[in-house]
Amino acid sequence: MTAAVFFGCTFIAFGPAISLFLFTIAREPLRVIFLIAGAFFWLVSLLLASLVWFISVQISNKESASQQKGLLIFGVVLSVLLQETFPAFHEVFKCFFCFFVLVSGLGFGFMSGAFSVVNILADSVGPGTVGIHGDSQHYFLSSAFMTMAIILLHMFWGVIFFDGCEKRRWFVVAAVVVSHLVVSCLTFQNPQYVSSLVPTYIIMLSMGIWAFYTAGGSLRNLKLCLTCKDKDFLLANHRPR
Amino acid sequence: MHFQNILVHLQFHFIGNYALKQPSNEPISPVHFIYIAHLTTENVSNVLYIAKKKTIKDSEDHTTTLSSLSGDVGVLHLLESEENLDWVLRTGLHPPYMVIMESALFTRSVMMKLKNGSSRVAGVAVVVPSANPPQGFSPHNKCPNENSGVYSESYGPTLAHCNTTVWNPLGNGLSYEEFDFPIFSLKDDNDTQLIKQCYVDHNRPVNGSDPQYPLCAMQLFSHMSAVTNTATCMRRNTNGFTFSPESICEPLGDHNIWAPAKPLNTTQKGHKAGESMVMATLDSRSFFSEIGPGAESAASGLITLLAAAHALRNATQEAQLSRTIFYTFFHGETFDYIGSSRMVYDMEKNQFPIDLDNVHSVLEIGQVGLFSSSKVWLHTDPVSRRNGSVEEEVKKLVSNLQTAAKGLNVSVEEPGVTQPLPPSSLQRFLRARPFPGVVIQDYSSSFANMYYQSMFDNADSLKMSYPPNLTPEEQLNYVTDTAKVRAYMMLRLLVNTANFYISVERQTSLPTVLVQHLLANLTGSTANVTQEDCKNQRENQDDKESKHVSYSWVQGAAPPNSTERKGFCVRSTVHGTKALSPAFELEDYNSKDYSTWTESNWKQIKGRIFLVASHDLEVNQSAKATHSRVLLNGPRCQGLYRLLT
Repeated sequence: MTAAVFFGCTFIAFGPAISLFLFTIAREPLRVIFLIAGAFFWLVSLLLASLVWFISVQISNKESASQQKGLLIFGVVLSVLLQETFPAFHEVFKCFFCFFVLVSGLGFGFMSGAFSVVNILADSVGPGTVGIHGDSQHYFLSSAFMTMAIILLHMFWGVIFFDGCEKRRWFVVAAVVVSHLVVSCLTFQNPQYVSSLVPTYIIMLSMGIWAFYTAGGSLRNLKLCLTCKDKDFLLANHRPR
Repeated sequence: MHFQNILVHLQFHFIGNYALKQPSNEPISPVHFIYIAHLTTENVSNVLYIAKKKTIKDSEDHTTTLSSLSGDVGVLHLLESEENLDWVLRTGLHPPYMVIMESALFTRSVMMKLKNGSSRVAGVAVVVPSANPPQGFSPHNKCPNENSGVYSESYGPTLAHCNTTVWNPLGNGLSYEEFDFPIFSLKDDNDTQLIKQCYVDHNRPVNGSDPQYPLCAMQLFSHMSAVTNTATCMRRNTNGFTFSPESICEPLGDHNIWAPAKPLNTTQKGHKAGESMVMATLDSRSFFSEIGPGAESAASGLITLLAAAHALRNATQEAQLSRTIFYTFFHGETFDYIGSSRMVYDMEKNQFPIDLDNVHSVLEIGQVGLFSSSKVWLHTDPVSRRNGSVEEEVKKLVSNLQTAAKGLNVSVEEPGVTQPLPPSSLQRFLRARPFPGVVIQDYSSSFANMYYQSMFDNADSLKMSYPPNLTPEEQLNYVTDTAKVRAYMMLRLLVNTANFYISVERQTSLPTVLVQHLLANLTGSTANVTQEDCKNQRENQDDKESKHVSYSWVQGAAPPNSTERKGFCVRSTVHGTKALSPAFELEDYNSKDYSTWTESNWKQIKGRIFLVASHDLEVNQSAKATHSRVLLNGPRCQGLYRLLT
């Protein structure tokens, strides 16, 4: 829709994630490596999910719209499940402290955000905007907000999931998977963007708070951090399990 | 010489999108894109744009370039009347505008106003009606080819520049104007309805209030790389200087087709008794390239000549004539006589099988499709007739024609006044030498053709006059004579399918090929030659000499009992020679004597419609068209949108 929209949506979608990257990850090469590893594993899960979807589409009845919609839902669900199996690989890195989970979760988030929004951004640079087929004008903006939520959600889910795996609290793991499914299926509500974005943000906030406490944060640490008494509060709050 | 303006015929098509056409027809959310964006080819573009299918090529002469490679964007405006132009040019709040108009408004006054206000005009799209406008329309000049004919200050000055009679009174000269914005033509079909509907839905002021963003807009791509004029453009061609030669413009050209009634005797060049040249023209044009029906201006004449050549085949083979007939079809006559000037030049330089000395007289068949009240007019050149011997020959020609016409229901007359020759190839021959010549036309003082060199010069303009209330079958039976039927069918074939625009030299136009093969078939004879020999232009394996006959292999029809076609070889005297203006041979691109028309190279031609938000949000230049004549010829620029083609 023009360069202004392009930049706006880009910064909305990737802003928090990039600032997180810059402030906490960019300084340490090891963390960057974990970030890339996380992104890579997400790509692998996407590959498997898309293989299954592609095959199922080819053998399905292309004419039937309801079948295609059903396939879409199936694809979404399968992909979520596949994505959730990949953090299991994090077991390999158990020996390192758990900050890396945040990092790899962010890597997950980056890659998923990229895939979900880059082609929309590419088209937003041109002169046109959404609407000639009668669709809502808010397509770009809501896509950007949704992407931001998903990137942060991936990061929070990573932390919670790992903690759940560590402590063998399987209901925690199930909660993560279920909430991931819920968020993905909420997107079927589009173009009623309010009904998809608001619940997603509520889930994101609650996941964020849960992840914060899981990682060892508390109100006291938060106060200390905000008054700049604790420099790197996330790192400092790691407790050996 | 300056470039002139040719435009594009464009078809808008609605591109549907499979993956996006969910039951509720909603766009797919970004999350879904995670899973399917890489699997399907449909994408966000289809939600944004209604794009067009692959279009036909464009050619242009004038610098109607789009400002940049990324196309011109303008807010759609449906022009309702000439007064409505005010909105576009002055009062409208969202310039620049893309003006859509019916062809009734495609007049000189409207286009000149748009040209003057071109800072607020992003482009024009003209909806072509299915019926011809009854008042006529001709974008050509009032005096066609006035500077390249024979009449000038030194030859018949009182007759030059249409001082005595205006040949094309309906001409508005639009084809020769320079416009800074693209002008496309649209067929009046569903897609055009879509465009109009988009305007009505989003852009039309309601109850006097101004329309608000988002507004419906259209983007047209027709980047032309040529600049200024031929001399500058040819100079900038890099052919031969770089590893990847790029040409920005190419000369117009094609082939002239000619055939002597009997094969020429090559040893006796220059001293034969004389050829009588009978000529017709092969080309036409319109304001929009790719539409060049040329029914009356080209097809009528060349069909007549083909029919005559066929009718005379047997007569010329058997009789011992003192002079042979030389059938000629010139290409590019619309653009300052490219074909005929080239042939005269070749004759003067002794590069043609016959010389100017061999030419005894000239008969030209011009526009003959519309003769009213069964009258046909013979035009001659009064200046050359001042010479006694020429006058005698011309009188003989005229009386011969009148005698021949006595048995038919056609009266042949000369216009009674002293007036110049109409635009015709004979004028180029007269520039070389005063030949006795006659031009047959269906008008006496100005064109009967109301759609001269326009997109309306089609079958309808020929007004094939049948008695009313005949069904198509009865109409066909009405034309009883087999020769007439053949001529009629050839005419229908040409008029409905062929585009008579000459285009650049490396592209042979359809009429050239058709006429070449038709002429061979109609004047030649079947030869007992194998296919391989035929294709190698020889009689048999031992035949090594070059003769003035040519062979062409005809695929033939399948006999009733089988599906395999039975081909045969036709031996005829038909040849084609290059019809490229001598100015390009001499590399004199500013020549006043010869045609210097060239055609620009162009990138993709396409268009699309979409909604735009406020112009304030655009960082790139607002769609305008005066700047950046970009001379780079890179690979085809696909732009940022993947348009389905």
